[in-house]
Parts: sequence; C-alpha cells; structure tokens
Amino acid sequence: MKIDRRDVLVSGASAAALGILPWAALAQDAEPAKTLDELIAEFTGGVEATEGEGITLDAPEIAENGNTVPISVEAEGASEILVLAPGNPVLPVATFKFGELAGKRAASTRIRLAQTQDVTAVAKLADGKFVRTAANVKVTIGGCGG
Amino acid sequence: MADNVKPRVRVPKTASAGEVITIKTLISHQMESGQRKDKEGNVIPRSIINHFSVTFNGAPVIDVEMEPAISTNPYFEFEAKVPESGEFVFRWQDDDGSVYEDKQSIEVS
Repeated sequence: MKIDRRDVLVSGASAAALGILPWAALAQDAEPAKTLDELIAEFTGGVEATEGEGITLDAPEIAENGNTVPISVEAEGASEILVLAPGNPVLPVATFKFGELAGKRAASTRIRLAQTQDVTAVAKLADGKFVRTAANVKVTIGGCGG
Repeated sequence: MADNVKPRVRVPKTASAGEVITIKTLISHQMESGQRKDKEGNVIPRSIINHFSVTFNGAPVIDVEMEPAISTNPYFEFEAKVPESGEFVFRWQDDDGSVYEDKQSIEVS
C-alpha cells in the first residue's frame, strides 16, 4: 500500500502513536519470543556476563520519539557487541562484529523503542569473557516533540 | 524492492598511514518493521535491510546484523584504521535480496 504525503500529514501524530502501540499487542500473538536472559545466554554460549566494567552504552535518558533513539556502544577489545531492547516485541536490535581494521570497538546508530525500558548491550571480549551493561530510556509515547 | 534507496557515506579524502578515521553512513530505507498495521488492519509485511558490512581493500572493518528495531534510514557511525591508500566498500543487504553498494577511496600520504 502506498502512503501519500497527505495521509502522512493528516495522521502525523496518530500514525506515530499507532506505529508504536500495536507492538505490545502483537507480541502476544506471535510465537513466544525469547527472553532477554535466553538471548544473552545464546550469545555468550552460557557463560555468565559480568555487569558494568569494560562496556559503555550511551543512550538518552528521555526519548520523546521512540522511532529514532540515538545509541552508542563501546567495549575495548570486543570482537562482537549485541544490543537488545527487552521492551520491544522483537528483542534483538543489532549485532556489531568488528574486523581487523576497526579503529575502535565502538559504533553508533539509531534504534526504535516501543516503550520505556532498559536497553542492554553485551560484548564478547578478546579473552573470551563477556561483559554487559544497560541504560534506561524513558520513551514518551506519541510525544512527537509537541 | 524498496523505493529510492540511496546510500550516503562520509569518508575523509586523505589520511596519514595507520590513522584512525571516523566514517558515517546513512541509507534511505523505510525499514518496515513487520509490526505495523495499515488502515484495514492488515499487517504490513516486514521489509528491512538486514545486514551491513564494510571492508577496506578486502579486510573487514565492521559487520552489523540488523533487526527491525533499527530506525528508518539506518545510520551508522564507526571508526576505521587505514594502513595504506585504498578503497572502502560498503554493502547493505535488503530482505528482498537486493544489495546496495557504495565505494569510497582514500589517499594515504
């Protein structure tokens, strides 16, 4: 279906709300999604990830628009960083894999958040250890900057 | 096939050998999450870019598995080490099988 410009203008605010709200409702219909812990265990192969040290996740404390929330992750010496949004219907957000020419084990992007939640990042370090951290982001649903 | 997919990449033109440079990329894409419904209540099928990778003279820089939670017009910023003159190749893979590619050369003095 083609959404024309007029549709977008007329339903600007409501569309933004609709874009977010059905996520929560739909989550129940779909096959049971894996939990945060299951996804982390899958990534680490069952190894316990230590909290805090060695990984940073930058995200705004308050995101007025959950459709585009800037985040940055960094973990020195990491070969992979997994980002998860436990409050979204689909928890995984992205997996960054760093190659030999990565200048820094860091990346920034913009993500969607369905609701207020603790965005979580887990890094696999060169020594085979795992570290994790989380950042709470308050999402003002339907608040398009008004 | 998504409409009007246009990659944009910002790479410095020159660098010194071994320098770490910042690269910014943006690609216009609606990143339909597969969670939204249209006016009739039908689910709009998922259509996203699911993979992004960057290489320099064939060596890997970064590789990203992308999920529907990545925002419309996916943006990435990261750093790369440039040991010599050469070419960055940026590749985005769409759910529909399309591959979008951009190349940028850098002169190392």
